[in-house]
Amino acid sequence: MASGREIKTKIKSTQNMRKVTRALEMVSASKIRKAQDLMKASRPYARSMRKVIAHVAQASTDFKHPFLVERDNVARVAYIVVSTDRGLCGGLNSNMFRRLLPAIQEWQGKGVQVDVVAIGQKALQFFRRIKGINLAGSVTHLGERPKLEQLIGVIKVVLDAYSANGLDRVFLAYNDFVNTMTQKPTIDALLPLPLVAAELEAHQAAGESAYAGIKLEQAHDWDYIYEPDAQTVLEHVLGRYIESVVYQGVLENLASEHAARMVAMKSASDNANKVIDTLTLVYNKTRQAAITQEISEIVGGAAAV
Amino acid sequence: MTTIRVDIVSAEAEIFHGDATMVIATGELGELGITPRHAPLITRLKPGHVDVVSVTGERQQFYVSGGILEVQPQVVTVLTDTAIRAADLDEAAAQRAKKEAEDALANRTDALEVSEAQAKLAQAMAQLQALERLRKNLKH
Repeated sequence: MASGREIKTKIKSTQNMRKVTRALEMVSASKIRKAQDLMKASRPYARSMRKVIAHVAQASTDFKHPFLVERDNVARVAYIVVSTDRGLCGGLNSNMFRRLLPAIQEWQGKGVQVDVVAIGQKALQFFRRIKGINLAGSVTHLGERPKLEQLIGVIKVVLDAYSANGLDRVFLAYNDFVNTMTQKPTIDALLPLPLVAAELEAHQAAGESAYAGIKLEQAHDWDYIYEPDAQTVLEHVLGRYIESVVYQGVLENLASEHAARMVAMKSASDNANKVIDTLTLVYNKTRQAAITQEISEIVGGAAAV
Repeated sequence: MTTIRVDIVSAEAEIFHGDATMVIATGELGELGITPRHAPLITRLKPGHVDVVSVTGERQQFYVSGGILEVQPQVVTVLTDTAIRAADLDEAAAQRAKKEAEDALANRTDALEVSEAQAKLAQAMAQLQALERLRKNLKH
């Protein structure tokens, strides 16, 4: 009879676990919506920014900003890695780290130094354990509504190093939110900016939504009136642009986090259901066995008398 | 009356979108009044307000803490900053980001992580024990 009670306790605890996973699932489901709204709201800014940069880069040919110039010798690269703060979101973070590591090792194999800037607790915890990587900066606990201001610091660390020739390439790694079921680990080149008119057209031809609707004024006989001058304005715009790209990556990652957590929690709930079913079966069987045994004992006893 | 399209956006939200007869903003070199068919212009904005005068003469005011103003003959785009930005403020933020990473490196085996691992281990052991007991009872 003791075994029956033990199984009963196990069923109870599994049911409690199912309650928790169900709650988490529903919380994430509602948060996805909010994260998606944030993503949408930040798009017009990035789109206008891209347009302005394309214009300015096209217009002032005599001045080349370092952010736009490709360097031949690569001695040091940086990865800005966007991750989640919390776990319980399936393989979201580990999938991305698994994609990042070979890329990083390839650089290191070529004798290139690799810096990592971690956004989110998980990236920080992961990369501080890895040898040969310089952790240049980090920011964690961005919350449910990340603000651009929270990212200024880490981005400035990278931009300053790049301007001072301390970095030759910068990449951004985050989870692209495709839909609720799919999140794609993505590594994008951030610096030098690959944004020239030809590149823009290629992106548009590929049908990428982020580039849709940007139309360049093709006529070459116009230029902006710059206040105060082209260099100052371009520098300002490029800095802000990089910030907005990273911010967008953070928002994509946030939506991905909630989607991944929802799916992970759903399968956890399903598994709990399965466990409860089998345990209930086992419980009924042992109960029956005990009753049968008792009856046969009584019958055996009665026959003996 | 001819109008000009106005987009005011920040990195976090779309703030205003619509037609206007005039836009007034504080550029780095002085106050700007932009009417339809203005020459292409791009400037940094000082912290201050951006006024949008609609077709009906109504005046809408938006406060911006800096940003960029881009003018095309038919479109005005205001890319606003979401916070007051100054070189030394940015510098302080960068220092903070560096320090946070250094702190994380300094205490590789912080107490939190150890206790987390211990909790997980205890949980796994309890589950194994429960399974073991179940298996034994089933055999009898």
